[in-house]
Amino acid sequence: MTSSPDDLELVSVTKRYGDTIAVDAVDHRFRVGAYTCLLGPSGCGKSSTLRMIAGHETVTDGAVILAGRDISQLPPAKRGTAMMFQNYALFPHLSVRDNVAFSLKMKGVEAKERFAKAAEMLELVDLTALSDRLPDQLSGGQQQRVALARALITRPQVLLLDEPLSALDPFLRIRMRAELRKLQQELGISFVHVTHGQDEALALADEIVVMNNAVIEQAGPAREVFNAPKTEFVARFMGGHNVVALPEGRFAIRADAIALTKPETGVMDAAITGVEFQGMHVAITSRITGDQEVTSLIADHLFYENPRNLGERIGLTWDAEKLHKLTA
Amino acid sequence: MLNFLKNRSASGWLMVSPLALVLVFFLVLPIIMIVVVSFWRATEFSIIPAFEFDNYEFLFSSPVTYSVFLNTFKYALITWVFTLGIGFTVAYFLAFHVRTQTWQIALFLLCTIPFWTSNIIRMISWIPFLGRNGIANSALISWGVVDEPLEWLLFSDFAVILALVHLYTLFMVVPIFNTMMRIDKSLIEAARDAGANGAQILWNVIIPLTKPGIMIGTIFVVTLVMGDFITVRFMSGSQSANVGRLISNDIALLQYPSAAATAVVLLLTVLIVIGILLRFVNIRKEL
Repeated sequence: MTSSPDDLELVSVTKRYGDTIAVDAVDHRFRVGAYTCLLGPSGCGKSSTLRMIAGHETVTDGAVILAGRDISQLPPAKRGTAMMFQNYALFPHLSVRDNVAFSLKMKGVEAKERFAKAAEMLELVDLTALSDRLPDQLSGGQQQRVALARALITRPQVLLLDEPLSALDPFLRIRMRAELRKLQQELGISFVHVTHGQDEALALADEIVVMNNAVIEQAGPAREVFNAPKTEFVARFMGGHNVVALPEGRFAIRADAIALTKPETGVMDAAITGVEFQGMHVAITSRITGDQEVTSLIADHLFYENPRNLGERIGLTWDAEKLHKLTA
Repeated sequence: MLNFLKNRSASGWLMVSPLALVLVFFLVLPIIMIVVVSFWRATEFSIIPAFEFDNYEFLFSSPVTYSVFLNTFKYALITWVFTLGIGFTVAYFLAFHVRTQTWQIALFLLCTIPFWTSNIIRMISWIPFLGRNGIANSALISWGVVDEPLEWLLFSDFAVILALVHLYTLFMVVPIFNTMMRIDKSLIEAARDAGANGAQILWNVIIPLTKPGIMIGTIFVVTLVMGDFITVRFMSGSQSANVGRLISNDIALLQYPSAAATAVVLLLTVLIVIGILLRFVNIRKEL
């Protein structure tokens, strides 16, 4: 990872509410122009982190640095960041155009000029035809694009998105995430996107930052975080992994890296406890020593060439290099 | 009978009928009665059912009517300005500056304490305070602010408006507070994110979104003040008049037809004022 002087950097950022610590001395460098996802279960501190970057939450301790200047004490609009809110927070009494032009109006820009700029932004998100509508008259996806245009009109260096897709239905969610990704690549600015959905993070992010219990568990390129989880939490949260305790320690291994063989020819023996057809593949759950359940994913044509039954004894086999040692 | 009960529209009518009956007997019928009586003829000693416009003719030809209506509007307007100013400020403080809900409820209940006593008591309690030798005057004299007692503190328009504002500010606080509590707090953050300062947020976000509440409060205050007569009589020491007093004087003189005619004109005036107010703001989504 190359670092640039324009990066957004968190230096030991801490947030305390009374005695509870929401974010505990988090250090991270968000690369400029990258799409970063802050991923974690609810209450892990990801939203607090985002809101501290945005300036809607004060930093208890530490510093937020953007392009070499400490922005932790600046008001939100002076930071070079813009935020897109979870339920979009569009002004219900203002038209789409006025919503988008709001920040320019606050700066005292002439009506003509700010409407021209707003029209540009609406063009970018493909909403020109709806500029006179009120937010209530738009669909969820359209509202989201208005919120996006409103955030982008301030020309931020970093766009902060707080669970932007959670209010949409699953179909629209997949379409909007493709649009977000495309827009980010067109604009070339940094996006920091908070989500609790690992599929969303994997689909969007150049870099994933997994948070749990107020700290960063693991950060890295999406593929690396998925393929080589460092902790049991990350392995389980990202999904698709088995966590097994072997004599040499605890390891994570992808479910599709485990193959089935005859008993006593594999790495270890197991008894099948579940067979589930999942479309593209079949998930086979089996019990190994120490009462541990292991799931293996077998391509469906391979499975049906040689079907297995419940209770059957099998051997499990894998390449040693597919095992990833867990530190916690 | 069973079929009748199963009929959905019939059961609907049955369910609204208690309220409808109450409204018909205690609101619609009395108003019709007043309208009918307003056309009757009255002499010094008798009231004769009739249909003539003498009462209205007399009302509209008397200069007293116009000055009294003007006075009523003056009270309504000035009271509205003060109740709105105070009510909005209090509601704004409660809704946006008090952080915890417990404190919001506690302070809100504090606002309602004056309502634990009756109107009359709240009004009369001003008299020893504002009187010639009252607390206000003695304090001002002892501080050396004035040399002689201020005459206009009591039994004046000042006293009337003071009492009206005191009586009716809560009617402004409640609907405005209610509307403000429904404003999504993330809108304020979004405005701040867009660089709005406190005054800009107030002007561009909070006030536009609070308009329906302001309008409901306005309707309360305007109708209450325009229909009031006892406050004006007590606090002005019977020196000023509004339409309510005109009606109550007629009733005291047993001039029911004339009182009824004045009441009809007042009712229409208030309805027109409300009609105009509703043209400005759509309050339907608040109901």
